[in-house]
Amino acid sequence: MAGLMAGFGCYTHAIVREVPTSLAKEALRTSQAEVDSTKAQKEHDAYVHVLRTTLGLEIVELPVDETLPDSVFVEDAAVVCGDTALITRPGAESRRRETEAMKGALKDLNLNIVEMIDENATLDGGDVLFTGREFFVGLSKRTNQRGAEILADAFKDYAVSTVPVVEGLHLKSFCSMGGPGLIIIGSSEPAQKALKIMQQMSDHRYDKLTVPDDLAANCIYMNLPNKGQVLLHCTEEEYPESVKVYDKLKDHMLIPVSNSEKVRVDGALTCCSVLINKKSNH
Amino acid sequence: MTTEAGSETEVKEKAEKSPARLSQSEKDTSESQEVAATEGEAERQKEKEGKGISRYLPTWFKKQKSQSQTSPTKEVPSPEEASNQEEVPEVNGHPEEVEENEALSSPVQEQVEEKETESHSNASADTEPALETKVEEKSVEGVKAAGEGGAQEELPEKQQQQKEEAEVKERAEGTEGQTSIFQSPLRLVRKSRMKLVVCHVTLLDGSDFTCEVEKRAKGLFLFFKVCEHLNLLEKDYFGLTYMDHHEQKCWLDPTKEIKRQIRSNNWQFAFNVKFYPPDPSLLTEDITRYLLCLQLREDVASGRLPCSFVTHALLGSYTLQAEFGDYEPEQPRPLDYISQLSFAPNQSKEMEEKILELHKSHKGMTPAQADTQFLENAKKLSMYGVDLHHAKDSEGVDIMLGVCANGLLVFKDRLRINRFAWPKILKISYKRNNFYIKIRPGETEQFESTVGFKLQNHRSAKRLWKVCVENHSFFRLNAPEPPTTPRFLTLGSKFRYSGRTQTQTRLASTLIDRPAPAFERTSSKRISRSLDGAPMISITEASTTENGHEPHLELHSDSKVEEADSNPGRVEAPPAQSPMRVRVDNIYVRHSNLMLEDHDKTQEEVLKHQASVSELKRSFMEAPPPSPPQHNLWEKRITSSPATTPRVQQPTTVPVTDAASTAAFAADNSDTKEPIKTTEVEIEETVVVREISTKPVVPDEHAQGAKAEEAAQKKKMKQRESVSSESESEDEAEYHPNVSVSISHTQIPEEREEEEEEEEQEKLTEVSQTAQSVNPEEEKKEVEEATVTPGEAPNGPTQHAEADARPVAPVHEEEVPKVNGEATVVDARPQVICCSQPPVVKTEMVTISDTFAAQKTEIATKEVPIVHTETKTITYEAAQLDGSGDGEPGVLMTAQTITSESLCTTTTTHITKTLKGGLSETRIEKRIVITGDCDIDHDEALAQAIKEAKEQHPDMSVTRVVVHKETELAEEED
Repeated sequence: MAGLMAGFGCYTHAIVREVPTSLAKEALRTSQAEVDSTKAQKEHDAYVHVLRTTLGLEIVELPVDETLPDSVFVEDAAVVCGDTALITRPGAESRRRETEAMKGALKDLNLNIVEMIDENATLDGGDVLFTGREFFVGLSKRTNQRGAEILADAFKDYAVSTVPVVEGLHLKSFCSMGGPGLIIIGSSEPAQKALKIMQQMSDHRYDKLTVPDDLAANCIYMNLPNKGQVLLHCTEEEYPESVKVYDKLKDHMLIPVSNSEKVRVDGALTCCSVLINKKSNH
Repeated sequence: MTTEAGSETEVKEKAEKSPARLSQSEKDTSESQEVAATEGEAERQKEKEGKGISRYLPTWFKKQKSQSQTSPTKEVPSPEEASNQEEVPEVNGHPEEVEENEALSSPVQEQVEEKETESHSNASADTEPALETKVEEKSVEGVKAAGEGGAQEELPEKQQQQKEEAEVKERAEGTEGQTSIFQSPLRLVRKSRMKLVVCHVTLLDGSDFTCEVEKRAKGLFLFFKVCEHLNLLEKDYFGLTYMDHHEQKCWLDPTKEIKRQIRSNNWQFAFNVKFYPPDPSLLTEDITRYLLCLQLREDVASGRLPCSFVTHALLGSYTLQAEFGDYEPEQPRPLDYISQLSFAPNQSKEMEEKILELHKSHKGMTPAQADTQFLENAKKLSMYGVDLHHAKDSEGVDIMLGVCANGLLVFKDRLRINRFAWPKILKISYKRNNFYIKIRPGETEQFESTVGFKLQNHRSAKRLWKVCVENHSFFRLNAPEPPTTPRFLTLGSKFRYSGRTQTQTRLASTLIDRPAPAFERTSSKRISRSLDGAPMISITEASTTENGHEPHLELHSDSKVEEADSNPGRVEAPPAQSPMRVRVDNIYVRHSNLMLEDHDKTQEEVLKHQASVSELKRSFMEAPPPSPPQHNLWEKRITSSPATTPRVQQPTTVPVTDAASTAAFAADNSDTKEPIKTTEVEIEETVVVREISTKPVVPDEHAQGAKAEEAAQKKKMKQRESVSSESESEDEAEYHPNVSVSISHTQIPEEREEEEEEEEQEKLTEVSQTAQSVNPEEEKKEVEEATVTPGEAPNGPTQHAEADARPVAPVHEEEVPKVNGEATVVDARPQVICCSQPPVVKTEMVTISDTFAAQKTEIATKEVPIVHTETKTITYEAAQLDGSGDGEPGVLMTAQTITSESLCTTTTTHITKTLKGGLSETRIEKRIVITGDCDIDHDEALAQAIKEAKEQHPDMSVTRVVVHKETELAEEED
């Protein structure tokens, strides 16, 4: 650790988990959408391929578990910042066991593990937006105040502000980081409102990039040694207007990644991996 | 070290800063020459600005300094001495007062003594004989000190104000000696106190510093002594604390007597960081950074500044590097000494090992570099510099309020649930144990909202309020637009921030011109290595200073801490550059096309003038709010609201000099016809942030009704008027640096003291006088109101000794319930503060501390951390009170209040201008409060006061005289 908040977006490892076939039928969803299991599988493979081959990350693949239909969305099971990993207590009862495999993998990576054991606490990683300088935690159907408090305890260096999530599943269902100090935000009213809150709560100044579609606002930013600034975002097929906005980011290496199936069960791009920076740890 | 040149520069600089001083009555030729020479040279001003040590001294010191120039006994000072010299006012001192000087020697004087007569370095009493030989120089100081003693609370306030004011005051003090009527009471007081007491100050390294101070010494004196002991020049970030009666840590008010603040006879203090510099790399001296490190080490180790394991380890490793130098493998059992040091609240072996491991990686780093690295990491911690206060929200939920450089934070447990940046806050107040902030309306909102919090008790509410006032002043009030128009915090309360703002202190720091002082680190004694990198660093710094560059920006481009500069979080708004403030508003726009949605019109300009991206970005934080200039709705109301009476109810009793006394409040109740409903009427002290202009303004012709008014006052009125009218559309003072007038943008009212018992024993003689008004009938109306003279006007033709005897002070007490001393117009000399007093004030009290909750209750037009109405504070209408008048409503055009004071008198002048049936009427009311500690011959004092007033305004009439006696019950006066 070269000091606090250094190297935002630097990652060496990514934890992912295979798509269980149970996802199509059993995975939780806010809509009634049908999911094509094979297509979802394919998309996921492409996603992992980008992380591994295109970006050169070391991939830790957790074993598939058919009894955990949502387990592909590993992000919700852990929040990793620096060399501390918080094992969450997912808001959905059916997902609680997802953390077990995650904990094992994070331990193997020698991270300091903090577990959320308080039974009153719930937190989904999808509600946690780390900006490089501070955390915003969405208080949603899946995440409560207590969960946010425990997160604040786990990452004492950083300010942790709460943001009400009134629409959408998670905080990151309509926003994500597009670079150091750059928040990508959806254009819906709830999204904009949430952004206002974040801006007000923060001592820091954030730039924002508004994309027309809320779901398209979820992207993955990385800053990699040989690649520079990388942004994994939605494809033109899914959100043509939003892609036009992303295209304005001239300094970023833009990689469209398809996510049309998983999105039907509220899975966004960030949901499918936990990114870790091992090198930076002393 | 320079000598002559240095001091001359100071003079110039000083002169430059107060061009208006030309009109100063007691002129010293050389000085006025200086003034003449320098006046109007804006550019040079800028260059010179800040040259010389005088910059380090509060303005009121400088004032005096100018006079010291005239002292024949003065010798060319070395810079160090120069600063002290400044502090020695030389005036027509009177030998008889020498002992009094002794008794009341102010810190300043003490320093002078130390410099000049080394043999009497510590105790002022010792110096008595020596002093007598220096009568000329010191007597005035003595008087001044006496004045401070008498007018205790107010004096400090002046520090923050214009030089002119200070000058007036000085003159007043100078002449005071001759005004027999005021002498006796104070003398008695002075003579009785000459005792010395021993103070113990715990320093940041844990050591104890002991020194003697005169019993009536002010906080500043002790503070200076400590700083001197520490060899610290960048003092403004620090302060002294003491434990109050309730074991609460309080900041020692530099402007007040120590004795009156501390618990009886417990002269125990601690030296602490008061304002954590957001970017420590901008500090000039390593010694300052070192002291900040010491404070932070303690903060971290005690858990006050929470941080993660890794950060604990990292900070600990820098501490080791700074204290012990490079890691040495041969060193026997390094863990031993490590364990003796405290790095974290729950320090484990594991952590110590980690610390050692990291320590190894710092090889070659000098102590100064290690400190810098320490600070670079510490400053990023989310709780860095946050002063926490326990509170409850409207629902009784426990929360914490954190005051910091950027504003006020609200925490529930560890979570940040709301944040109010300073620019968002219009007003800060407290009442009993409630603490309120009034929030600037968002773009979509029409009215301000008020958020309330409950504190444990009245004391904690007040403490929080004070901290807010100070932090706001220090961090938010930057340097002034035109260099000659500094913006200061003025309060109507006895309390105000008395030091320099961050901007000022930064500027001052650039002028530090000494070799980096050698200092011992706590454990350097143990280690016989000389690793201190100070010399190296000082070279860099010295060269920078010599270049005469703008301090910080330059400084760091070549120092080792460059990274700090690129940190967008902190700002280095170059003090003297007014346009900066405007430009930085829209920094985020920088991200070009992405940001189009947020563009303001000003954006283009922004980009045009874009100096350097990073600078702008850094400036952002301290810039005014980004939204288009918010009109202060209050202002609007002021100017547009029809007032039923020319004046808003003006309570007749003026507070004791010792402001914030409830005595006055009580008196109000009895004096006013209409009983005040305490539940509804807010009695507040008001802090007005204003800008001061020293530019002469063209007198205005249109105050038709104001026959007794003097030119100077008209000017002020004029200013005020223009502001008022314009303010309907825009809060322009904030954004138009060149306007010589400004409108307050933040008010920080303080509740008046509740307990009468807290008052010092005092007798008040209040003289209320009514002076001219256009309508004779109007006078009847005013029976209850003290009225007077424009006598306070500076330069007024009729001005003379009497006026001098009451140096002007800020609105020292706004007693009108809910007077919102809103706009302030200040021109030259006496402090003039305009108080607009709309008849009705309605404020929605809202308490919301949780954004989530807020959103749940959702108010469509309002931004989130907003508002639902819970209570209403109603201010009463003047119309009802002034029933005796003809009741014909007039339109309040302007209202201003001028307060001045001297040793034992406080004069509050209210000038109201109303438009009534096409006729403009100006009423000037003056209230004079004579205060004394002991036996005052109030008859005599009264007679004298009336006489003076009559001389100034023959057509004035006295409407009321009140003698009020208070007895001292408790020592606690805060």
